[in-house]
Amino acid sequence: MYELKNVTKTYRKGGTTLTAIAGIDLTIPDGQMVAIQGPTGGGKSTLLQLLGALERPDSGAVGLRGEDLAKLPDGRLGRVRAETIGFVFQCFNLIPTLTARENVETALVPLGIGTAERRERASAALAQVGLAERADHHPSELSGGQQQRVAIARALVKEPSVLLADEPTGNLDEGTRDEVMDILEGLWRDRGLTLIIVTHDSAVAARAERRLTLSAGTVSG
Amino acid sequence: MFATYLARELGKRRKQTAIIAVGLALAVALVMIVSAISAGVRDAQAEALEAVYGVGTDLTVTQAATAPTEGGGPQMQFDFGGDAGTATDEGSREISTSRLEVARGTTAFDASAVDTAAGIDGVAAAAGSLTLQSTTFSGELPTFTERPADGSMPGMPGGGGFDIGGGADGAGGSSFGIESMTVTGIDLGADGIGPLTSTTVTDGRALEAADAGADVAVLDSDYATTASLAVGDTIELGGTTLQVVGIAQSTATSGAGADAYIPLGTAQTLADLDGQVTTVYVQAASAESIDAIATDLAEALPEATVNTQSELASTVSGSLSSASSLISNLGTWLSAIVLAAAFVIAILFTVSGVTRRTREFGTLKAIGWRNSRIVGQVAGESLVTGAIGVVAGVVIGIVGIVVVNAISPTIAVGGGAQQGLGGQGGFAGPGGRSAPGAMGEIAQAAAGVTLNAVVTPSVILIAVGFALLGAVLAGVFGGWRAACLRPAAALRTVE
Repeated sequence: MYELKNVTKTYRKGGTTLTAIAGIDLTIPDGQMVAIQGPTGGGKSTLLQLLGALERPDSGAVGLRGEDLAKLPDGRLGRVRAETIGFVFQCFNLIPTLTARENVETALVPLGIGTAERRERASAALAQVGLAERADHHPSELSGGQQQRVAIARALVKEPSVLLADEPTGNLDEGTRDEVMDILEGLWRDRGLTLIIVTHDSAVAARAERRLTLSAGTVSG
Repeated sequence: MFATYLARELGKRRKQTAIIAVGLALAVALVMIVSAISAGVRDAQAEALEAVYGVGTDLTVTQAATAPTEGGGPQMQFDFGGDAGTATDEGSREISTSRLEVARGTTAFDASAVDTAAGIDGVAAAAGSLTLQSTTFSGELPTFTERPADGSMPGMPGGGGFDIGGGADGAGGSSFGIESMTVTGIDLGADGIGPLTSTTVTDGRALEAADAGADVAVLDSDYATTASLAVGDTIELGGTTLQVVGIAQSTATSGAGADAYIPLGTAQTLADLDGQVTTVYVQAASAESIDAIATDLAEALPEATVNTQSELASTVSGSLSSASSLISNLGTWLSAIVLAAAFVIAILFTVSGVTRRTREFGTLKAIGWRNSRIVGQVAGESLVTGAIGVVAGVVIGIVGIVVVNAISPTIAVGGGAQQGLGGQGGFAGPGGRSAPGAMGEIAQAAAGVTLNAVVTPSVILIAVGFALLGAVLAGVFGGWRAACLRPAAALRTVE
């Protein structure tokens, strides 16, 4: 469960201080599917980075399963990201020189899992998203939807308890969008994940249990 | 995953990998070739000096040439009386006469200088030598007959004067040749010092202590070949016949040395120079004492000219010295500049590559990769790139050295030696090799030394080490820059 208390995050840009998150209090129970919407620059991605231990707040606490992510050292944050949190990015962020299976395996490297088990689990994760036969293909040989499915497999192969998706369907057409959302929703239901999706797409947000709106650094809903 | 990721990255970024590898390869190859040539020049210089001095010699003592005494006339003069030589049936006279004397530009001095040198503190050994030039005049001359004024000689008209008959053409002509060779009298009591130390006996035997005063000679192999002489043959020096007991080959490629080596006592007797030498070879007990010995020798022998190896090295100028200086200065700087440039190229390309991969590393950090793993990954890629460059560089370097040795450039030695050593230059004798004596030998050494590039393993290891270190540093620096980025910042640069 996430518990955010009075979380503030600002950025300095060209001598000006921009407030991305302005004293948010938020609780997200385990296993909930949450959609975060709002205007561009409203702080959605910043909130997702705080939830994903990619950023530290200027003030306040970001609690995850009893630990305050704001106070953990960098090494421990890396460990939390490696074990607990999976990420899906809008631009897929696959490593272009590695095959689909090798991309999925990268998520298991920080866990110290051996080569054979890595390959096995990566293959299984790709099969789960319907890409078993494309395991040896490079990202450039895959469509956008397939690349995003590889990214989902990479996020899920380590069996995290939280999946954070930042505009996961932003670069996809409607048909592919629905396929990807079907996969995410299915995994959420099957595994009991906490799924938090940042999206501009109301059709995507409509599939969530809970919809939040973030505007000018404050959350509502 | 480390190896797979590394191989895929290097394979995908072939152009960058090739540029870094080529830069490092050129640096390594250049360092190897320059150091090999530099070592070759040093060896050539040492060889040239060895040829001049003989192995183990640290100093030489000679004496400046003196002008001939008034009325002394020129050397190399042959005087023939009317009845000189042997009369032939054709009315000619066959003449063969030989002179053995100290050559021009060289001065004989009292051999007590050897004992004086040996008695100086720090001197391990001293030996004298007498370097001479043998000139042989041989040929056919016409007969000169004085005609009586009263016409009393049958068949000859009266009225006085000379009749010239016979000769090479039967009509009063002449045909003669002059041969010249250098001869060095060797101190047989001295081991490991002197002119013979830079020779190897290839046939027969060397001169031995028992040969003192004997009419025996060891010939230089080149001279023996051109004169068609072998062990057991004889040569004539100053009117005396000497038996050839050995053939020796100079270990110096410059060809410096005498045509014949004979016992010192024999040389002194034949040249009528009893108790005289032309050069004293001095060996120091330690390199540190050479300068002090030179000073003491100059004081003890005020009329002598004392030269040390280092002085000689500085005066053996010509292209060898220039090449040595050029290679040690320009070559070293060039190597350093290329190596530095390779480092900079490696670092710039690595950093540039890392910058292009910011999103990649941000993603890896987002999924939990530690900083050390990212640094290790980038450093590993850089190290392998460097290793490729090093291997290519060693291959190119070896090929370059092989090419240099195949070309075998010849470097001239000498030039300034004559002036630098008291104006005693070597002078070419008539029809023979250059004049004898230490200075003459320097002139001979001026013929040239073949340059052989020498592979120095330690230099290769250093170059390889530096190249690999540079590659690793470039990788660590690039990786550290990547790892220092906050994952959110890295991801933001993409979005």
